Amino acid sequence: MFRITTEVITGAEVREAVEGPDAGAVVLFFGTVRNNTDGRAVKQLEYEAYPPMAEKKMAEIAQEISEKWGIDRVAMIHRVGKLDIGEVSVAVAVASPHRKDGFEACKYAMDRLKQIVPIWKREVWADSEAEWVKPDAVFFDAPNVRKTPQ
Amino acid sequence: MNVTVKYFAVCHEMLDRFEEEMELPEGATVKTILKRLEEEWPEIAEFYEVMQMSVNWEYATENTELTEGDEVALIPPVTGGCDV
Repeated sequence: MFRITTEVITGAEVREAVEGPDAGAVVLFFGTVRNNTDGRAVKQLEYEAYPPMAEKKMAEIAQEISEKWGIDRVAMIHRVGKLDIGEVSVAVAVASPHRKDGFEACKYAMDRLKQIVPIWKREVWADSEAEWVKPDAVFFDAPNVRKTPQ
Repeated sequence: MNVTVKYFAVCHEMLDRFEEEMELPEGATVKTILKRLEEEWPEIAEFYEVMQMSVNWEYATENTELTEGDEVALIPPVTGGCDV
């Protein structure tokens, strides 16, 4: 399951998507909305996605995980719209026979998601107007999306 | 030929639209679109270095050739998920 949604993410949707009798571990990751960015108070985070391409890229990440770890049970869901502090923006579930591979694959999925899945966020600041992260502002931190982490 | 061009995040705010149809000459590439946008919004050229393009949901280069009905998008640096 690879999905962009406007609905609340509970985690049950990704966990159920990876269930299977061969799994000895299910690693579940939630990304949640933090109340500050570099110390500046945040009221909400607003996410925007390019849904068809985002879901396609999520499926490609699962394919990479299949090739690296032989794990075929991966699910990812990312919410879009305005999210309040503490709400879940993204959930990843990986089911594997043993936990070590599951933890590694789950971390890899999130790292790659942040590199190649077309989703953008902006802070709705507590003290001023919202502003999308400008490309030049993130230039020096921008990961090379074509580089696959080892 | 006609293609659809989509703008996300900072791009749709700066161009003040989410998408548009563009009529392009035969043999046009992604670069043809970038040049056309530059005429309207010269500052966008500064961002091209960090921005990516996609054609039909796949990352593309400025030399990617376009065909009738293609869906092209300007992809600012992605910032999904969470900072942990």
